[in-house]
Amino acid sequence: MMFLLLILPLLGAVAAWMIRSEQQRPLLLPLLAVPHFGLSLVFALQADNRISNNWIDLDPLGAIVLLTVSLLFLFCAFYAVGYLRRDRPDRSNRVLVPALLLCLSAMTLVCFSRHLGLLWVSVAATTLTMAPLIYFNRNARSIEATWKYLMIGSVGIALALLGVYFLAYATLVAGVDATLHLDELLAIAPALDKGWLKAAFIFLLTGFGAKLGLAPLHTWKPDAYGEAPGLVGALLAGGLTSCGFLALLRVYQVMLAAGGDDGFYRQPLLVMGLFSMALAAAFLVRQADFKRLLAYSSVEHVGILALALGIGKGALIGMLLHLMGNGLLKGVLFLSSGNLHRAFASKSTLGMRGALRLLPWSGGLFLAGFLAVSAFPPSLIFQSEFIIAVNAFRQEHWLVGGLFLALLAIIFLGMAPTVLGMVLGTPPASLPDSGFRDRYQNVLPPACLLLAVLLLGSWMPGPLFDLLRQGAALLGGGP
Amino acid sequence: MVSFLSNHLLILVMLLNFALLSTGRLSLAVRLATAQGVLLGLLPGILHPLNWHLMVITAGIILVKGVIIPWLLFSAIRAAEIKRETEPFLGFGATLVIGAAVTALAFLYVPRLPLLAAHQGHLFVPASIATLLTGFLLLTTRRKAISQVLGYLILENGIFIFGLLLAEAMPLMVEAGVLLDLLAGTFVMGIVIGHISREFSSLDTSRLSALREK
Repeated sequence: MMFLLLILPLLGAVAAWMIRSEQQRPLLLPLLAVPHFGLSLVFALQADNRISNNWIDLDPLGAIVLLTVSLLFLFCAFYAVGYLRRDRPDRSNRVLVPALLLCLSAMTLVCFSRHLGLLWVSVAATTLTMAPLIYFNRNARSIEATWKYLMIGSVGIALALLGVYFLAYATLVAGVDATLHLDELLAIAPALDKGWLKAAFIFLLTGFGAKLGLAPLHTWKPDAYGEAPGLVGALLAGGLTSCGFLALLRVYQVMLAAGGDDGFYRQPLLVMGLFSMALAAAFLVRQADFKRLLAYSSVEHVGILALALGIGKGALIGMLLHLMGNGLLKGVLFLSSGNLHRAFASKSTLGMRGALRLLPWSGGLFLAGFLAVSAFPPSLIFQSEFIIAVNAFRQEHWLVGGLFLALLAIIFLGMAPTVLGMVLGTPPASLPDSGFRDRYQNVLPPACLLLAVLLLGSWMPGPLFDLLRQGAALLGGGP
Repeated sequence: MVSFLSNHLLILVMLLNFALLSTGRLSLAVRLATAQGVLLGLLPGILHPLNWHLMVITAGIILVKGVIIPWLLFSAIRAAEIKRETEPFLGFGATLVIGAAVTALAFLYVPRLPLLAAHQGHLFVPASIATLLTGFLLLTTRRKAISQVLGYLILENGIFIFGLLLAEAMPLMVEAGVLLDLLAGTFVMGIVIGHISREFSSLDTSRLSALREK
């Protein structure tokens, strides 16, 4: 049954390639995204912590990422119909639609992988399927962004492969049958050679860190997010980062199971997390391009994820909440900013004023998304960051906790003037009418995503909370 | 006998690294990288007793690294009408010296690694590290997009050499997946190269500099 979830988008991709009509092809996206989300929900509710011998199985961590990615994709799919049919009839979507579906299939496989080799292959596949999406606009700037993304992503993922090999070699040195199956690895982890384990961790962190865009491996991110259409940016920032982070969680599981000194993997996570936040803070201030602004915000949030993972224990529930909140909110921000981009025909924040007047819904959603991502209650992000901060102090990481809160404040103060300047005031009189208006098709998807984040922030359904608790337990979480 | 053969093949692989670092002719560089890929494709067959799993992988590697990828790269070179790597960020002589130095360091470093007794005295690990770093050098010091793709392929070759130590641990599906990823990656890069040369009338990646913080 689980294969159905993987094959469904693949079949969709083939069908999309066969359909000739530019107007009909985008309709496939919601047609497949709805059953995908339904099936994801069914499988996620059945997920638990049992040990599995299969290569493909869903545990609570995979289920959380799967739900996030599938929900995000669902609303992006509805958005894509209006975007491709009405706003971009000038561009052929013959590559875009199949690539989106292939990417969905690869992201689903990441969530289901119980074998590190398979996990690596699926993460690499998500990287490659995104490349044509970033190049959708087909100009000099987008080709530059695609090239940087491809080179850094490919080299990063190659280094991660070396890390996977080191892990397999550690099992050989331990004198057992070499394996990369997650559950077998977890069982024999205490016997693994510590030297090879450390080497494996460094390479896997570098590789998946480049995929996530953790500083200093983030350099492709502002370019790719800046040049990709808003819809693709949402999937990059919300979907791919979540999948890359899941890969990092698998590595963490193995390191945790190995036991012994935990400094060698906690320290790098804490340092990279804080460095990502600090770097984002530096580049967010007076950022003149609002899509790059969102990219640096994404660098900040993957930094928070890495930081929370480094803190561990009680912070892990916060980390999983943050993963969901960040994934969904990136959808709100990128989709609404895509609308602003079309209406103002510019990504520059300098001449942009009065988005709330020109596009009350899109401007409002952008503002609300910004407030939610800056942890205003009842956003899910408020809960997650609160839990992370509290647990940093409870575990006596005084410096880490202090820096975390200080950087959050700096980032908010750095972003707020830019965002408020964009949405408040009156639109420039010289602005030509782009013909772009708020419509159900381009406003409802981000609005639903925002609603989901606010709803989950104020009321967490029981089964989902169970998943979160079990997921945190897999990572050694607890009070 | 087996280790004699494999060690000599690996020495050849490392000599190809040096040749790659010292040449500016793109078509020669593609041929050198192809030769390296094919040599590495033969290695599993020498190391392990013959079985169908091995034959599939060997055939796959030689098909991908020896035929399809060179064909993709040659057609990119033809389309862009570019023959030489001109003005690399670091001169050919300098990168060659650095390449030799990192190879020497790899040999000095490896005896300290906790390798299995069966793998000590073989050249797998030093050759792997040296090839990986050669790939990095090509990636970071060359301007032309094709040279950078070659750097990526050499880097991947270095990782492949390490993977040879774990042939039993790697199921066929994963090896095939890695190979497929390499192929798809090169394919996508080849397409992007075509667009770069059309958009910029050049394959010089240092022209890709419009996107940066002001």
